[in-house]
Amino acid sequence: MTARPGFVLEVDGSTPPTLFWKGEGFTLERLPEGSRVIYAPEPLDALKDPVAAIRHALEHPTGDSEPLSALLRPGMKLTICFDDVSLPLPPMQAPDVRQMVIEEVLDMAAAAGLDDVVLVAALALHRRMTEPELRHALGDRIYEAFAPHGLLTQHDAEDPENLIHLGKTDEGEDVEINKRAATSDLLVYVNISLVAMDGGHKSVATGLASYKSLRHHHNPRTMRHSKSFMDAPSSELHTANWRMGRLIADSGVKIFQIETTLNTDTFPSQFAFLQRREWEWNLRDRATYAATATALDATPDKLARQIFHSIRAPHAMTSVHAGEVEAVHEETLSNVWRQQGVVVEGQTDILTMGLPYICPYNVNSIMNPILVACLGLGYFFNLYRGKPLVREGGVLIMQHPTKPDFDPAFHPSYIDFFEQVLTETTDPAEMHKVFEESFATDPWYIHLYRTGHAYHGVHPFYMWYWCAHALEHLGRVIVLGGDPTAVRRMGFSPASTMADALEMAKDVVGPSPTLTHLHSPPIMLADVQ
Amino acid sequence: MKALLFERSLPRFAASRIASGLGSGRGARVAPLRLVDTEAPDLPGEGWHRVSPILSGICGSDLATLDGRSSRYFEPLVSFPFVPGHEVVGTLEAPATAADGSSLDAGHRVVIQPVLGCAARGIEPPCPSCSAGHSGDCEHVAFGHISPGIQTGFCSDTGGGWSTAGLVAHESQLHAVPENLSDNDAVTIEPVACALHSVLRAGLGEDQVVAVLGAGTLGLATVAALTHLSSQGIIPLPRAVLVGARYANQRTLADDLGATTALPPDQLSRAVRRHSRSMTMGGASSARLTGGADLVFDCVGSADSIGQSLEMVRPRGTVVLVGMPGRVSVDLASLWHREVRLVGAYAYGNESVLGQEQSTFSLAIDAVAAMHTGRFVSATYPLDRFEEAVAHAGAAGRRGAVKIAFDLQATARGGHR
Repeated sequence: MTARPGFVLEVDGSTPPTLFWKGEGFTLERLPEGSRVIYAPEPLDALKDPVAAIRHALEHPTGDSEPLSALLRPGMKLTICFDDVSLPLPPMQAPDVRQMVIEEVLDMAAAAGLDDVVLVAALALHRRMTEPELRHALGDRIYEAFAPHGLLTQHDAEDPENLIHLGKTDEGEDVEINKRAATSDLLVYVNISLVAMDGGHKSVATGLASYKSLRHHHNPRTMRHSKSFMDAPSSELHTANWRMGRLIADSGVKIFQIETTLNTDTFPSQFAFLQRREWEWNLRDRATYAATATALDATPDKLARQIFHSIRAPHAMTSVHAGEVEAVHEETLSNVWRQQGVVVEGQTDILTMGLPYICPYNVNSIMNPILVACLGLGYFFNLYRGKPLVREGGVLIMQHPTKPDFDPAFHPSYIDFFEQVLTETTDPAEMHKVFEESFATDPWYIHLYRTGHAYHGVHPFYMWYWCAHALEHLGRVIVLGGDPTAVRRMGFSPASTMADALEMAKDVVGPSPTLTHLHSPPIMLADVQ
Repeated sequence: MKALLFERSLPRFAASRIASGLGSGRGARVAPLRLVDTEAPDLPGEGWHRVSPILSGICGSDLATLDGRSSRYFEPLVSFPFVPGHEVVGTLEAPATAADGSSLDAGHRVVIQPVLGCAARGIEPPCPSCSAGHSGDCEHVAFGHISPGIQTGFCSDTGGGWSTAGLVAHESQLHAVPENLSDNDAVTIEPVACALHSVLRAGLGEDQVVAVLGAGTLGLATVAALTHLSSQGIIPLPRAVLVGARYANQRTLADDLGATTALPPDQLSRAVRRHSRSMTMGGASSARLTGGADLVFDCVGSADSIGQSLEMVRPRGTVVLVGMPGRVSVDLASLWHREVRLVGAYAYGNESVLGQEQSTFSLAIDAVAAMHTGRFVSATYPLDRFEEAVAHAGAAGRRGAVKIAFDLQATARGGHR
C-alpha cells in the first residue's frame, strides 16, 4: 500500500481533539476552529532486502568513488566510525542499521585480508555510550570481536594524544579531528540520517572533532544564521561543516561515506495510535489512548521514564548510499524529504507542539529543562525549509512538564548551567562570552566526559545556542503544563491550560490569531511556501 | 517609659527552647521576656552618657537567647535582668565625647559599639586584648564596676536598645552618625562592623574563591563587606564570591551587593567546585571536593552549616564562623586531614587597614554609606508588639525580610511604621 503524504488539516466543529505529547505522557487538546494541524507523511515502505541494498551501495558507489572492495587491501589501516546513541529516535528495534552496514563492511574487510580495523563511535562532545547501547547499535557479534581487544573505541575530544590538527579553513576555523581516523588509509563513516540536518560533512567534521574545532560553528552567531538546520544551503552550521569537510578531504583523509535513511515508523504496535490521525482512531485506539494516558498520569516519573525509554522503534531503512561524501548526501537529503516533507502554505501567528519524552541527548535518561528548550526551540522550531512555521514575533506554545530534574551522571554540567548560568542570563551571546570557556575547560567535567558517561561541560551551552534562532525570532515562548520556576528561569512563560496559553499568546499576536499545530512525532519537515 | 526585660527563669528558658522547635523566634511568647514600665538606668560613673534609642535591631544572637538556644558558655558573661538590644541608633541626651575624641552635642545621633570592654568597665591597666585594640576579645567582660555582660543588651546595668527609657553608654562606645546616613542605615552599622571584622580577620589572599553560607543580615553584610573592602583596595579582589541563600529575595540582594552568584545552599558546593576548578570524589553526584574555596564564611553557625563549610573549603583553607554557633556535633575528619583553619570572628575593635589602625565602626560607617545597607531593614515594630516582631525576625528570610527592628520613637508616640 502506498504511504499517504503529509497533510494539513483545518480544524472545524467535527474535528476530534488533537493529541499532544507532554513528556512521558500525552493528552488531547481541542484546538480553536480554523486552526491547522500538520500531520507527518505515513511511513514509506522499507527496502525489501536491506542487506542486499547495503551490498549494492558499497559496490556501486555514488559520486567520485571506487567500490569499497576496491579500496580495501591487505596491510592497510581501516577505521569505521559510526553515529552514536543520539540516533535514531527512539532507538530502533534490532538489528540496528549500523550493525547491518558495519557487518557488511567488516565482511569485505575480512575478505580483503585486513587486520588493522578499529571502530570509533563518533561522539563529538556527547556522552560515551554504555556497553548495552554499543551492543544494541553494533550487535553482539561485532561487540565481542572488537571491544575485548580495545578495538571498539569512542571518540575522545579531550585526548590530545589522539587528535590531529589538519589546518584552518579560509575562514580561520581550526580543523582538529580524531587522529586514528584521520591517519587511516580509509575512514568509513556509517551514518543514520534521521533528519535533513544529519550526515554529509557534518559526520566527520563534527562527530570526530575536538572542542577547539567545534566552537567555530557551535556558537550563537552561527546558530542564529542557520535558518534552518534542516536546510543546508540556508544553514551557517552546515556551511562551516562543509568548509571543514573539504579541508579534511584536501588534507588527504580518504573518506568512504555510507548514509542511510529510515522511515517514520516510530512506535510499536501497542502505541500505534500515536502516529495515526485522530479522526481515524478506531475503538481500540481510543481505548488504548484512554487507558494509557490515565495510567501514565498516575505513574511515578521514574517508572514512566523506564517504560518509554524501553520503546524500540520499528524504523526500517528506506535508502542506503555510499561513496563520496557530498554526492551521497544529496541522495540522502532527497530520501529524507521524500519521507518527511509536508508542504505548508504560509506562516502562523501561534505554533503549538507537544514535546515527547525523548530528544537526541536524553536517551535512557531524564529530559531536563534545558533539553526541553532545545527540543522545542532548537529542533521542532527548525523543522522547516523556506520560512519558519511561525511568523517573526509570533508565539510558540509547547507542552511539557519541564520539571527541574537532572541526571547527575549524564548531565552534570547541565545542573550548574541551570543554577549558575540561567540565573544570570538567558542571552546566548552573553553566556557565550561570560561563561562558556569556564565550563568547556572545567577539569571535572572533562574527567567525567572522558571516563564516565557525562556530556561535555560545554554541552548545555550548545543546547541553548540551538535555541538562538528561535529566541531571536519569537515574540514569546509559553510552556503549557511546565513547572513555573523552571520555565521562568529560562525566560519563558508557564501556562496551566491551553485556554490560558492562548489568552497569553493573544497579548502578543493580537486578538484573532492563526494557529498551527505541529503533530510530531513522527518527525516531519515543513516546506513553508 | 517602656522596656523589654529579660529575666532569669529556668522554667521559661526550657519552655522557650521547646517552643523554638516550631521555628526561630517562636520562643518569645513563652520566654522570660516581658514589657515593663521602667526608668532610665543610672549612670555608672564618669564618661558614661544617656542615649535615647531611635531604632534597635533584632539580631540572631537575640533570637537564640529568646529561643533558649544560646550556649551555656555565656552564662557567666551576662547579668540578669537585662534589656536586650545591642544594634542601636539613638540620640545623646547630653553633650558627650565620642570614641574618637570628638565632641558631640545633645541630640546628636550616635550608634553604640556595644562591647563592654576594659575602658567601659573602668579597668586599669586594660587587658592585653583591649590594649591591642581588640576590645571584642576583652578578658574582663565579667569584671569592673559594672555587672557582667559581653555587650550592651546583655548587662543588667547598662540597659539596652529595646527600651524607650534609654540606655547608658560609655564614651568609648559612642560613634557619631553622619547626617547622610538614615536611621535605617545607622542601625545596620553594628552588623556591618561584625562582617567587616570577619572579612579582615580572614586574611583574604590574591585571586581567591570565597563562599558565604547563609544570607541573613550577617551573610549579606559579609558580601557587602567583601565588595566594599575590595573596591577600596583594602583587601584583594576575590576571584569569585559565591553565596548560598535559601530565599529568592536574599539571592537578589546578594547579587545587588556584589556576589558573583547567589544560589540555593544545596547548590553552593557545586558552584564552589566550578569556580575553584576542583574535582569531586565519589562520583558525579557527590559533593566531596578535591579542592574548594579558599575562604568560607559560615554565617549560620549550625552543625549543618559548619559541616557544609568544611566540605567546601580547600586543603589549608579557612572557615570563618561569623554566625554564632552553640553546642554542635560536627565530623572534623576533613578539618584534620585537610589542615583546615577554623576561625571565630566576633564583634569588632580596631583593624589594621593599609598599615593604619582604624576602628571597625568607623570603617562600617563608610561601608554602610557606600553599600546602602539600610535597605536591610524590612519592618519595624513598637515594643508592645514584641512577640510579632520577634516572630517576624525569626522567619525573616521566609517572609522576604532581612532585618527587623524596634521603633522606639513610634513606641513612645503609640504608633509604628
